[in-house]
Amino acid sequence: METLIEVQNIIKIYKMGEIEVRALKGISVEIKKGEFVAIMGASGSGKSTFMNIIGCLDRPSKGEYFLEKANVNLLNKDQLADLRNKKIGFIFQSFNILPRTSAIENVELPLLYNNSISNKERRERAYNALKSVGLAERTSSLPNQLSGGQQQRVAIARALVNEPIVIMADEPTGNLDSRTSYEIMEIFQKLNENGITIVMVTHEPDISQFAGSNIVFKDGRIITNTSVKERKQASAELKKYQN
Amino acid sequence: MRIGNILKASSRSLGKNKLRTFLTMLGIIIGVASVIAMLGIGEGSKENIQASISSLGTNTVMVTPGTISQGGVRLEAGSSQSLKREDAEAISERCENVMFVSPVVQKGSQIISGSQNWRTMVMGVFNDYFSIRNLNIQIGIGFSESDDRSAAKVCVVGQTVVLNLFGENVDPVGQVIRINRIPFKIIGMLEKKGQNAFGQDQDDVIVAPFSTVQKRMLSTTNVNMIISSAKSEDLIENAKNEITELIRQRHKLTPDQDNDFTVRTQSDISNIFGSVSKVMTILLASIAGISLIVGGIGIMNIMLVSVTERTREIGIRLAVGARSRDVLIQFMIESVFISFMGGLIGIALGILVLELIARFGGWPITITVFSILLSFIFAAIVGIFFGWYPARKAANLNPIDALRYE
Repeated sequence: METLIEVQNIIKIYKMGEIEVRALKGISVEIKKGEFVAIMGASGSGKSTFMNIIGCLDRPSKGEYFLEKANVNLLNKDQLADLRNKKIGFIFQSFNILPRTSAIENVELPLLYNNSISNKERRERAYNALKSVGLAERTSSLPNQLSGGQQQRVAIARALVNEPIVIMADEPTGNLDSRTSYEIMEIFQKLNENGITIVMVTHEPDISQFAGSNIVFKDGRIITNTSVKERKQASAELKKYQN
Repeated sequence: MRIGNILKASSRSLGKNKLRTFLTMLGIIIGVASVIAMLGIGEGSKENIQASISSLGTNTVMVTPGTISQGGVRLEAGSSQSLKREDAEAISERCENVMFVSPVVQKGSQIISGSQNWRTMVMGVFNDYFSIRNLNIQIGIGFSESDDRSAAKVCVVGQTVVLNLFGENVDPVGQVIRINRIPFKIIGMLEKKGQNAFGQDQDDVIVAPFSTVQKRMLSTTNVNMIISSAKSEDLIENAKNEITELIRQRHKLTPDQDNDFTVRTQSDISNIFGSVSKVMTILLASIAGISLIVGGIGIMNIMLVSVTERTREIGIRLAVGARSRDVLIQFMIESVFISFMGGLIGIALGILVLELIARFGGWPITITVFSILLSFIFAAIVGIFFGWYPARKAANLNPIDALRYE
């Protein structure tokens, strides 16, 4: 498969007053198109910093980052914003959907920043994205009328609506119970089967087994990068609950 | 982001906090309304004064005894005694730019007609006075030069005097009235002029030949004032200089002596009142302007609160691809919307207040397009100025920090 993300010797240093914190100490990794990668590690291991950099929300202090062979370091702030808008979908632990705003309007949000999409097309695509996560009936619901799992599905629909090449999920199941977590993983696996690359940060070993490969961070370095031998199928796990 | 969509996002977030939006707007509403009201009152009184000054006559140049001290009017002007009838006659003979001249003597007097009596001002003038003041005789005739020479006991009366002495719709011509016990024959009645802007009744007057009043009633050689008119508007200043030069000569003033009289043109007078009302207007408008700035600070305050409250929202928008500019514009539109709406409502309220003042207070008001534009543009500038900092703060947020903000 083609290489989607390639980072070479990335270093990230935060300056906190006098003290320099080295969050990443030289990361090199390659993620191919269509992969489903889980990034593991204790808190403070640098996995979220890494995620922010490959999600174009942050820049490395040193090192190269290529997204689809293009050098991201050379892009300015606005170009990074466009990249996030058109190629990347984000999913967060705390859902991060706009309060007091209906589900469909939340999903429409990324398309508002894409001038080439008409109002009609935006509404249609948002509806289709909600439908694909099983929320076709809840388009006008407000976040406080939705359960945690439903809110996260709205967030997934929002991440999908701009048809990204990669989805970045930062602890997507962190705030959910295990059954709901499996439902989310079911959606992820389905998306992945349809060819979408997924990079997911998690600290739950259980959840990491749904991914195709696991990268483990420790103290700003990658210590292992292995493929998952006995990959769990979310649909099968969910069936256990029905019985 | 398309401007339509930004507008929608902005109006939606304002709509979510209706009370807050309204209270913030209130600062601007009150500011704009008071600017309009203050300018309206100021302009109104200015126009009023102008109107009353022009009612003095056309191209008028007035000479009064006494001097103006620099920068202000000496209040005793008119009480000092330096002008004579001969000064007026000299002006008439020797000043080329002067069309009409009349000395003026006046005395408040008790008028008796049969069982009725009335107190009014009796003026002694040449018949040029009628031309200078644009006075017309409605019934009867005016007096002639021979009346003046012989100090004839004739007079022309204003309509208020007629009303009070004879009642309504009475032809007073030919009647004899007693002014300070001296019998005068009424030979004419003036056309109605109504009140001037100071509230003086211009019809409450009796006009008699100069000599008659001076000799028979006052027995003095001094005159209260010499009133004249220039041949045209362009010649007013020339006439003024000519008159000044002539009277200085006649009064034998050496170059180092100040004038013992004052020459004022209509525009001098309107300048004095004009500058007073201008200072008033500026004072009132700037107080109102300050309240507008306070309103602007209110906008800034609430926008800063809003940016802090919505830090996560900003983070989300940035994460899904909003550029800094999109966020900046969104927040700017919110503050500009508040100031625009506040401006529009303020204009309506300001006009309403002015109408109420005019109706119930009886004050003269003027609503000008200028004052409306001025206050509206000022409000818009306040909105942009005070909205800029919070909006920029929002636009410059780091998406990662904004997303983590609790």
